[in-house]
Amino acid sequence: MSSSRPGNVGIVIVSHSPKIAEGAADMVRQMVGDAVPLAWTGGDVDGGLGTNVAGILEAIETAWSPAGVAILVDLGGAETNSEMAVEMLAEDRRSRVLVCNAPVVEGAVIAATESSGGSPLAAVKRSAEEFYA
Amino acid sequence: MSLDRLARERLVRALAGSVIEHADELTRLDQAIGDGDHGLNMKRGFEAVLATLPGLVDKSLPEMLKAIGMTLVMKVGGASGPLVGTFFMELGKALPEQPSRADLVAATEKAIDAVKARGRSEAGQKTLLDVLVPVHAVLAGGGDARTIASEAAEAADRTTPMLAIRGRASFLGERSIGHMDPGARSASLLIGAAVETLEFEVNK
Repeated sequence: MSSSRPGNVGIVIVSHSPKIAEGAADMVRQMVGDAVPLAWTGGDVDGGLGTNVAGILEAIETAWSPAGVAILVDLGGAETNSEMAVEMLAEDRRSRVLVCNAPVVEGAVIAATESSGGSPLAAVKRSAEEFYA
Repeated sequence: MSLDRLARERLVRALAGSVIEHADELTRLDQAIGDGDHGLNMKRGFEAVLATLPGLVDKSLPEMLKAIGMTLVMKVGGASGPLVGTFFMELGKALPEQPSRADLVAATEKAIDAVKARGRSEAGQKTLLDVLVPVHAVLAGGGDARTIASEAAEAADRTTPMLAIRGRASFLGERSIGHMDPGARSASLLIGAAVETLEFEVNK
């Protein structure tokens, strides 16, 4: 899933459960339509519950935007694997991908809404994280 | 120490075997305080490592360790993949091709620091670091292979009464007390397998 509007920050949703990741992406689409590059990934390499670095790298590629990508994660492994994936990106992309400390579903919807208005990556991340504040 | 091709293959098979043979035990430990996938995840990762033989051992020791780390990062999944994978990758980056014991001590310290950074954790939080850090101290203090192996096993045991502060087990709060940490256990298995294989080299 991706969009042709490259000016907006991309959103990547990473959950241990592919169903949750896909469902959260559906909610984002309903909010913001195609205004935001979006991708989701979930499950381990065998299709069980979990997350995997290769899937996350692919999702970042799909949702890539010159404005950067915000990643929303659920539990610990999703975060650790996402940080690992970011480090494996080409150097010029690494600083433009941020993992948000926010609830995955709510954070994704809020981040995408912020992105759809053309906000920069830092603002997108901040909005998602304010959900906790 | 200098590991020829045969010794490198023995090492890889011993590391993989130690985890694969104990996969059910690791899963049981993880079912008690985590999400029950540690044994399966580690087994998948090390089976993937074995699948890269024999080409894997054509590489030099540092390159081989980096390749093992990358395979684990990509295949293990869960938080363990990046943590254990980072350890191997950083060890490979820091070790020369024919490391002395001092090189091993220094490289292991760098690899442990990388694991701390990756997990934003320190020893004392019921994780694999509670094995890696004390084992490193024994290695740095000149301990022989047997002392290193027994410290690894005892350090894993010492995680049983600890309170989990990082990782999934931390969700359980005080209920995490009384169970050995599965990541600490798998680290102790890997260390035990490594020193058993390298015994003569380590004691030089």
